[in-house]
Amino acid sequence: MAGLLDWLTAPQTIFFLTVTMVVFVALQLSAAVMVYAERKVAAFMQQRYGPYLVGPKGLLQPIADIVKLIFKEELKPKAADTLLFAAAPVISAIAAFTAFAPVPFGASTTFFGFLDEPMPLVVADINVAVLVIFAVTSMGVYGIVLAGWSSNSKYSLLGGLRSSAQMISYELAYGMSLATIVMLAGSLSLREIVDAQQGYWLGFIPKWYAFINPISFLVFATAGIAETNRAPFDFPEAEQELVAGYHTEYSSMRFALFFLAEYINMVTVAAVSTNLFLGGWHGPFIPEAYGWIWFLIKLAVLCFGYLWLRWTLPRFRYDQLMSFGWKLMLPLATINLLVSAAGVLYFGL
Amino acid sequence: MPLGHYLVLSGLLFAIGATGVFVRRNIITLLLSVEIMLNAVNLAFVAFGRQFGTVDGQIITFFVMTVAAAEAAVGLALVIGLFRHRESLNPEAFTSLKW
Amino acid sequence: MGFDQLLFYVFAAVAVLGSLLVIGQTSPIYSVLALIVAFFGLSGLYVLLEAPFVAVVQIIIYAGAIMVLFLFTVMLLNVPREGASDWDRGHPHVRVWPVRIGTVLGVVMAVQLIWALSRTVGLGAGVADQRPAASEVSELGRVLFTDYMFAFEVTSILIIVAMVGAVVLARKREN
Repeated sequence: MAGLLDWLTAPQTIFFLTVTMVVFVALQLSAAVMVYAERKVAAFMQQRYGPYLVGPKGLLQPIADIVKLIFKEELKPKAADTLLFAAAPVISAIAAFTAFAPVPFGASTTFFGFLDEPMPLVVADINVAVLVIFAVTSMGVYGIVLAGWSSNSKYSLLGGLRSSAQMISYELAYGMSLATIVMLAGSLSLREIVDAQQGYWLGFIPKWYAFINPISFLVFATAGIAETNRAPFDFPEAEQELVAGYHTEYSSMRFALFFLAEYINMVTVAAVSTNLFLGGWHGPFIPEAYGWIWFLIKLAVLCFGYLWLRWTLPRFRYDQLMSFGWKLMLPLATINLLVSAAGVLYFGL
Repeated sequence: MPLGHYLVLSGLLFAIGATGVFVRRNIITLLLSVEIMLNAVNLAFVAFGRQFGTVDGQIITFFVMTVAAAEAAVGLALVIGLFRHRESLNPEAFTSLKW
Repeated sequence: MGFDQLLFYVFAAVAVLGSLLVIGQTSPIYSVLALIVAFFGLSGLYVLLEAPFVAVVQIIIYAGAIMVLFLFTVMLLNVPREGASDWDRGHPHVRVWPVRIGTVLGVVMAVQLIWALSRTVGLGAGVADQRPAASEVSELGRVLFTDYMFAFEVTSILIIVAMVGAVVLARKREN
């Protein structure tokens, strides 16, 4: 018992709990910020004002949304499978939060001397981090497919099956581009992949993998957008086609969980892209201990890119989407893997 | 943790899978029980691999997983074909060699 | 007991309970989901055995791909609960005794295996006692591509054969 108490009050445990709490709260705040940013960016691109009534410049709009969702009535179709209907949004939300756990967002720090030795700013420092993210993303498919099935309605079932088929198709290209970066970096740990991107060529071009292997970056970003069911790959949840796809029958907090899971997935894909391709938390002018500022800046740029894509490109039709994933993305990622392997072997990249 | 514990667990899981194959009257659940048996064997391989300090146990596990995936795919394709013909998933419904 | 031992029993209980639910309850969708839970328990056991790569690959391939395949098939065929269709009920092929005898045989198999294992010498040594684990992914890759090269190549042919076979078998007949 004394050993347990010692362990609980050790600096490492307190640091770990602090980081976990910070990441948990920050993910939810980022979802709220993304909701607001999406509407403002959409409005800007469509030459109108976005939300501007609630709070200064509409900044309290996400809070109004959340309050509205909390007070809505919880509906459940009569013939729905109760256990699965309730479990599906929970599975989606759990997968979304867990996927961010192995993602590091800052350099190793002693937290102003609080710790004896530097510990990395990550919830779970796993040495096979890349694979764990991939595995948890595969689990997210279940939330969607079970939601579609348990709602016992045509639109939901079709939307759920299409959405999950799309997700597992693009997981292949996702994994191939991940494998390319793992080969270049020589490690499966995200922290080591970021640290392999330190330094500059010619003094000012950073050694990012986005410059060494741009095809991999493009394939990963595209597959990431398809994985999270964002436009232009959001056919399964398009309003004009399938009412709302797999979350048609959901209301109130369960719908809020799906919503939250989608935005957090987007933030996670952007965070993983930042770590794999854009050098993570390394950047000029800011000391290494505050590298998380650079991480947030790069993350914000990528998220803005995702919002930009949504409101600029038209939606893919479902068969176009599937053929794009299987006939273009997967062969491209595979050939890229072969060429990168040859490059690493013969030129020692 | 003694090696014996892992092997007992593996044997128990294998027996549960085998019971599923004997008892269940639904082809898909039969395939699921076969998957349980394959996983029990994987556990035994990894436990022995750890005991001897080599990675061979884990390598063989990959091959077992790959074969299980291929077998599941082909088995389910067969089930779909059978269902189209007989509208039933009870293995006892398929008693004649020729339709 | 140590933390590792506690974790072993927790994960073992999850795996066994999941497997029992797979074979014990009637709805096929719940069977598939129970098997996914059992796979998570097994994955935890692999982590305890210091094989993190196998643990993660188990989740990716088994729980993330094969079970999705099963789930899609169950949803596509709209499989009813077992024993619920007209074909099953009252048909002379439905027999209660095979189920009972099958269960007894399964229990006998479990008892046999455990009895045989209890009489084997040398199983009391701890798994982690003698030699250090060699579970680096680079070591796995090296052994896979040198000692097991032939099996690796044959497996790739197996996967292609299975893929083509599955597509051909599940195709709608044009007649």
